[in-house]
Amino acid sequence: MNKSTIVVGGGIAGMTAAGELSRLGVEVTLVEQEQISGGHAACWDRLFPTRRPAEEVISFLREQTDSKVNTFSGRPVTEILHHESMFTATLSDGTILRGESLVLATGYDLFDASRKEEYGYGIYDNVITSAELEGWFKNHQPVRTKNGRIPSRVAFIHCVGSRDEKVGNLYCSKVCCITGVKQAIEVKEALPACDVYSFYMDLRMFDRNFEELYFEAQKNYGINFIRGRLSECSENEDHTLVVKTEDTLTGKPMKMIVDLVVLLVGFVPRSQNTQMLLKLKLITGNDGFLQPEDEHNGDNLTRIPGLFITGAVKGPVTIANAVADARATALQVYSFLHSNR
Amino acid sequence: MINFNLFVLPFSLGLLYLILKIGKDWYKWITTLSPVDKVKFTSGIRNPIQILISLKEVFFEVLIHRKMWKRNPLLGYMHMSFALGWFLLIVLGNIESRFYSGTHLNAPYYPIFLKFFIHDKLVIFFEVYAVPRFFRFIMDLLLLYILSGLLLAFLKRKKSKWFGMKQVTRYQLTDHVALTTLWLIFPMRLLAESFTAGYYGSGGGFMTQPLGNFLTWIVPLPTDLVAYTMWWGYSLVLGIFFVTLPYSRYMHIPTEVLLIFFRNFGIKPKKWYSGYSDTEVHSCSRCGVCLDICQMNLAGIHDSQAVYFIRDVRDKYVSEQISRKCLVCGRCQEVCPVGIHSDSLRLIKRRELSSGQDADYSFVSVSTVRTAEVVYFSGCMSHLTPSIIRSMKGIMEVAGVSYLHLDENRSICCGRPLMLAGKDRQAHDLVEFNKKLIRDARAGILVTSCPICYRVFKEEYNLPIRIQHHAQFLLELVRSGKIPLQSMHRRIIYHDPCDLGRGSHVYEAPRELLGKFSDLLISKEEKNNALCCGGSLGMFEADHQQRDLMTNGALDSLLTFGPEILATSCPLCKKTFGKMNRVPVKDLAELVFESIPDGRIRSASGSVSVPFHPELSSEAESI
Ligand SMILES: Cc1cc2nc3c(=O)[nH]c(=O)nc-3n(C[C@H](O)[C@H](O)[C@H](O)COP(=O)(O)OP(=O)(O)OC[C@H]3O[C@@H](n4cnc5c(N)ncnc54)[C@H](O)[C@@H]3O)c2cc1C
Ligand code: SF4
Ligand code: SF4
Ligand code: SF4
Repeated sequence: MNKSTIVVGGGIAGMTAAGELSRLGVEVTLVEQEQISGGHAACWDRLFPTRRPAEEVISFLREQTDSKVNTFSGRPVTEILHHESMFTATLSDGTILRGESLVLATGYDLFDASRKEEYGYGIYDNVITSAELEGWFKNHQPVRTKNGRIPSRVAFIHCVGSRDEKVGNLYCSKVCCITGVKQAIEVKEALPACDVYSFYMDLRMFDRNFEELYFEAQKNYGINFIRGRLSECSENEDHTLVVKTEDTLTGKPMKMIVDLVVLLVGFVPRSQNTQMLLKLKLITGNDGFLQPEDEHNGDNLTRIPGLFITGAVKGPVTIANAVADARATALQVYSFLHSNR
Repeated sequence: MINFNLFVLPFSLGLLYLILKIGKDWYKWITTLSPVDKVKFTSGIRNPIQILISLKEVFFEVLIHRKMWKRNPLLGYMHMSFALGWFLLIVLGNIESRFYSGTHLNAPYYPIFLKFFIHDKLVIFFEVYAVPRFFRFIMDLLLLYILSGLLLAFLKRKKSKWFGMKQVTRYQLTDHVALTTLWLIFPMRLLAESFTAGYYGSGGGFMTQPLGNFLTWIVPLPTDLVAYTMWWGYSLVLGIFFVTLPYSRYMHIPTEVLLIFFRNFGIKPKKWYSGYSDTEVHSCSRCGVCLDICQMNLAGIHDSQAVYFIRDVRDKYVSEQISRKCLVCGRCQEVCPVGIHSDSLRLIKRRELSSGQDADYSFVSVSTVRTAEVVYFSGCMSHLTPSIIRSMKGIMEVAGVSYLHLDENRSICCGRPLMLAGKDRQAHDLVEFNKKLIRDARAGILVTSCPICYRVFKEEYNLPIRIQHHAQFLLELVRSGKIPLQSMHRRIIYHDPCDLGRGSHVYEAPRELLGKFSDLLISKEEKNNALCCGGSLGMFEADHQQRDLMTNGALDSLLTFGPEILATSCPLCKKTFGKMNRVPVKDLAELVFESIPDGRIRSASGSVSVPFHPELSSEAESI
């Protein structure tokens, strides 16, 4: 086996890294536990900020990997061992893969919204998450309440499970603000008569064209942005919802009755891999995501030579950033394989 | 015969000072009791039965140290040897001295320094030789007993683990002085008596005589001089000990006696600082039993445990911060051998020190009201755990109970959080508002899902109706067959919320209820020994990380035996434990609701609930 690598995780980051490495002549094995590659992005309909179909990005990556890299799908990696500068990855069905290097691109989990019980997810009929709404769009399912009514008011709630000491997550998930703006526009496009509200603490429009989209949402779509954190939701007998917040700009407590609440859920570390990563003694930050060796000059490196990390396994990222990060990782892996170890 | 020598002066003056000081303090504390308590005191003091009961308790607690024995036998032995040993030494010494002086009125120092005065006499009482021998034997035995306790006390400072304690109290200067002199008293007595016995060749007991002979033989100094110096030393350490005692932790010895009388006369902690509080504060022996059990240790907080807080109160420099740095979980109170109500003291200080901007709640008012069989008050905290409310409603519908959900749309706080912050005046407005709401509903039972509300309803509201936490209410429904349950075969551990358990002594109802449909495990620390979840509203001085440390500590204990579900009966505990995401956390109401067979829920959905919307004058802005 010569100049080989195992890529664990076939999301955006894993597929990108695998594609790049195979173009560089490395023998790549890609493992994705789902039948379909693409990771979370495969569940999204259109991507912010341009609203380009997610499918386009994923098909590009599939072209780069399908038939070019050796792929195992439908089975997770359950154990990774590092011994005498070789990596062994064991799959759940017992298959054992070996490689001189390994890239961890195992991504993230969505925050489980039912942990924020006061918002009523899993308890009230008409509280959904942004991921579910994305699924509706993707399946061309109309935006309706549980009992099939056309909602006349929809509320988007920012920072669900992020920036919230009460659930133990202090960090910002970065992409939910812009996802919220994009989805608000999409709801408004689908239901022009519907009033759309967004409750936020502050809006983080950090990347190119984000602020422009936010501006457009207000000017062209009439989305109402209200600065205030949701304290709780309650359900009326007709299954409409009362959202209670404090408007932190005016300082007044506020209540509003809406038909549908969309919770913009954030990123959390992927719990399924905790044990596996613990055994490798990889370092995690206070937020629980993997910590690279050097945040500036080695942000894909770990304490184990030959083991690389890329994408959302290190914390919240956009797809564009995941792609850039994975490309950089590929170069790191390449130079590692060609160095005099 | 002149039974006097200059060396008795330090002892005598010290004793005089001590008696005057204690007298002055007791007088102050008794006169600053609340008016009602003063009446209780004056009638108690005239009641021989109450006096007898109190004396019995004084005997068991102050002399025998029964509670210490229960905690740890070594600790009990140590305390008892000092207390009972010294007490008997004084009493028997007194009796012995009467034989020699032949009078009932001896100077107080005479029995203490008896061996100095009677060394050379060989009195034969009633022609019976056995009497002086008996006393010599018994006095030596008692001294030995005390000295063995002293050895243990010394070991305790070095090897506290042997005494079941990880931490020992950090002492103040006066404590150190008093401790040193106290520890010196008995060795000094031993030496003084031994040297005297050795010098005269007689007068000692089985220990002091041989030791005296040996010392006389080995010490190359004039023995009479050495003995005399020792008597001075003995008197001096006694004198210094007596003078420092009122300013050291040893003040607890006389004060605890007064406290026992107070308690037996029916005097209880008040909301404001009174002579009773002073008595409790001075009764703290700084034994440190409250240190190890305090969960603030886990959060790295080591300056605010009950013993330190009480010390600060006694020294009159308690800061607002220290008064607010405590979960008010009541665990320390449960283990305190003196039974000091440190939680009440903590709240008293918060009331005194409460500062800063106060919100005004006098705006709340109510108009429309309907009536029902049961008023259900979910509590503000339960609004953050809507599945508890939903389960309660579902259960009541199945059981066919007509209920009124009092705080369905707006939660008016029960007032306890404000009280925990020491803001009782502001809480009063909320209490009055809620009282009117509850009374107007004319229901037979008030049921709440929140232990915090439950406790305050019981303690502060004076309501003319039955008050139940839903654990009790649901148990009654199940017992009367109104809700059918099917077993869920899950291994469940129950966490006692502070305000329901230690605060309101409801321990059995939740357990009996859970036992009806699940496999209830026993936990390591439960009932009055249960840990606080860490989310306490009473704590104002811990950040989220410190709270998480306490929460994880409690979870470690609760999860020891691997339960599948952690059950609790408090929305705040549920949220606090839920945050850690280590085990599914469910309220009793949720578990009961889940255990009702599906068919029964659907057939019951002809709701009997009475929709209720109190109109508040301060209408929150709606858009
Ligand atoms: C609601 C929402 C909307 C979003 N919309 C956009 C958007 O419009 N534009 C944008 O740029 N970004 C968007 N994002 C962010 C985007 O989802 C992430 O940037 C991207 O998914 C990160 O990719 P990844 O490969 O690092 O992680 P993931 O997508 O999580 O992929 C990780 C993959 O690894 C696999 N895996 C994990 N463990 C194992 C194992 N042990 N064995 C085998 N396989 C394993 C998983 O199955 C998964 O396929 C959105 C995020 C959210 C939450
Ligand atoms: S991106 Fe926006 S919504 Fe998401 S956590 Fe950050 S601030 Fe909150
Ligand atoms: S409060 Fe009680 S337990 Fe704590 S040191 Fe004082 S006497 Fe001991
Ligand atoms: S009430 Fe609880 S937190 Fe406060 S001092 Fe006592 S044990 Fe510690």
